[in-house]
Amino acid sequence: MRANCWYGKTMVSVEEVPDPQILNQRDAIVKISSTAIFGSDLHLYNSFIPTMQRGDILGHEFMGEVVEVGREVRNLKVGDRVVVPFPIACGNCFFCKEQMFSLCENSNPNAWMAEKMFGHAPAGIFGYSHLTGGYAGGQAEYARVPFADVGPIKVPDHLSDEQVLFLSDIFPTGYMGAEMCDITPGDTIAIWGCGPVGQFSIRSAFLLGAERVIAIDQVPERLQMAEQGGAETINYEEQNVYEALMEMTGGRGPDACIDDVGMEAHAPGIIFAYDRVKQALMMETDRPHALREAIMCCRNGGIISVIGVYGGFIDKFPMGSVMNRSLTIKTGQAHVQRYMRPLLAMIENGDIDPSFVVTHRMSLEDAPLGYDIFKNKKDNCIKVVLKPDWDGHNGHSTRDDSYTVVH
Amino acid sequence: MSTNQRTGTFDRSDASLTDDFEYRSSRAEGANYALERARPGLPSTSAKRLAKGLGWFSIGLGLAELLAPRAIANISGVSNKHTGLIRLYGLREISSGITIFAQQKPTEGVWSRVVGDAIDLASLGVAASNPGAKRGRVAFATANVLAVTALDVICAMQLTKGANQGIHATGQCVVNLPHEEVYSFWRNFENLPRFMRHLESVNDLGDGRSHWKVRGPAGMEVEWDATIIADVPGEVITWRSLENSDVDNAGAVRFERAPGGRGTIVKVNFQYNPIGGVLGAAVAKLFGEEPNQQLDDDLRRFKQVLEVGEVVVSDATLLGTGYMEQRPAQPPSAGELEDADMLPSQTATNYDSEGRYPQR
Repeated sequence: MRANCWYGKTMVSVEEVPDPQILNQRDAIVKISSTAIFGSDLHLYNSFIPTMQRGDILGHEFMGEVVEVGREVRNLKVGDRVVVPFPIACGNCFFCKEQMFSLCENSNPNAWMAEKMFGHAPAGIFGYSHLTGGYAGGQAEYARVPFADVGPIKVPDHLSDEQVLFLSDIFPTGYMGAEMCDITPGDTIAIWGCGPVGQFSIRSAFLLGAERVIAIDQVPERLQMAEQGGAETINYEEQNVYEALMEMTGGRGPDACIDDVGMEAHAPGIIFAYDRVKQALMMETDRPHALREAIMCCRNGGIISVIGVYGGFIDKFPMGSVMNRSLTIKTGQAHVQRYMRPLLAMIENGDIDPSFVVTHRMSLEDAPLGYDIFKNKKDNCIKVVLKPDWDGHNGHSTRDDSYTVVH
Repeated sequence: MSTNQRTGTFDRSDASLTDDFEYRSSRAEGANYALERARPGLPSTSAKRLAKGLGWFSIGLGLAELLAPRAIANISGVSNKHTGLIRLYGLREISSGITIFAQQKPTEGVWSRVVGDAIDLASLGVAASNPGAKRGRVAFATANVLAVTALDVICAMQLTKGANQGIHATGQCVVNLPHEEVYSFWRNFENLPRFMRHLESVNDLGDGRSHWKVRGPAGMEVEWDATIIADVPGEVITWRSLENSDVDNAGAVRFERAPGGRGTIVKVNFQYNPIGGVLGAAVAKLFGEEPNQQLDDDLRRFKQVLEVGEVVVSDATLLGTGYMEQRPAQPPSAGELEDADMLPSQTATNYDSEGRYPQR
């Protein structure tokens, strides 16, 4: 089959690799119909996540049709159309029973690597370095899906791929970011980062009852998409974020702040240069500018929800602000399996149509181009969807092109 | 999960293992384990056996030197004039041999052989510079003495530190099942190869005895018989290898109820005298066969087999979870699958237990 493989910093290539097969009895093989390039794939692409190996297949946001099931998989059958959650979870361990699926104790065979880095290991993740298990990813024609009796969710045929694909990651991730804010009616939520996850955090915050959402970014088309979602916006290259937020909230600050940025934050001026230099020198692995700013801006007693991905160590962390002002920090890789059913119900109900976020569709063969334009935010790119059976198109299409749903 | 490992003594002062061997609980009183049979620590049989061999060698060579000094001089290529000195060396050899056999732990006897070897080598050096010496024969004799010296040094070092020297690994994990269930899976030793990567097979011989087969470093096959020392259902199992094992080893596993009914805490204590002694262990570590990592990985698989029903594999870990064993995260070819380290089909427990793990 064809698969998009990692070969080094900003080097990906679509190669011919062996077809996946059932290895565990709770596996299923899925023929992929749609697969996305995710913001955190860029951390791998930019070599900020260790334990990558040449030839690793990338991609952890995908869906398709079940073509084979292991003998212990009784809830799926060949032909089912499913969306696959990015964390791999066994459903039997303590954390799975507690619905904390991204902390599954059994799905990461390379747990020892993660223990060295993090103290304890999180769950396995598709196509996301050897630290999270070393599973082949979903930017391919087929994928082996372990614990298919726990993860994949069947989706109805009347919904298009792009309406349900993001149940795999960005919709539950954005939703969990908002949910961790414990939103009560009247709340003002500030969101750093208007990438795909940020867009879903904005809409989820409203769905959860927020009165105001203030979105912070610097890319005009992302801010525009945030405004379409009902958010007020701050362009951090044009305005001082702290001052703007204080002005908007009467000096009190937002009730909760969501960091939808993570380890590769950009910021104007000297602080960014400081973090970028330290990161380049391997003195800190992550650039936590958005997180620092979110902490300083949050109201007393508020909540900091960190859903953007961090990989290692940060520096100049304003712990005094957190402690003296009774802030609560909540974090986590999304426990996707927990959210898929309720969020699918919202999509079916018409509360939200996740396909709004897609700006680019292209063939799997064009994955290297997709990474390039996504990383460099060329061509107003916000979200790229790859289609393994995209026919005849040379290059890519924008959202204005005519497009038919491929099931 | 984490493990820690110490290389060092594990005689009676080793509290943690001794605790396991002398494990008591109110439930255990009158239970079917014989504490009096539990001897903490390991017999250092391999070093002792080597020492006995060296003792016989000492006595044999000593008698030859004492009774036929001319023949010895001839073989060694040294001058016949030194028969008196050779006889003295013979007496020295015999006394070393006797010391070895007289001692419970023949450390001094073997060290005295090392001293003797040094004297022999020095004498041969002097003899080689003698114009009357037959250089070829002296060189041959020197090579032989050097070989024996190496054996003497290894044996003496093993006896000095090595009698109590070995690899000691501890590890623990939490299994989300009742402790009786976790205990009975382990107690059926024939289950152990399902999650212990280097274990080829364990056969229950009955009466608490079992036969173990292991794939050692560099493809070595190692076997031994083991006997259960203590066995408290649902609580603890300890076992040790019998005399004349390829690898002397002992182990203990405890099953504790986790607080709040959150499954079972499994604690494993394991020690062995590695093949080739400390040197062998160091070489094995170079090739990634580190004992604490092994135990940690084994316990992770143990948890998987019990909770999930089989060992979980990813594309990268088909050949093993070690850093050097990782392959790219892409599907294996048919050939690679044949080389796979531990295929789930060999580890599964869930094939005939329908409904045991509730499906969502």
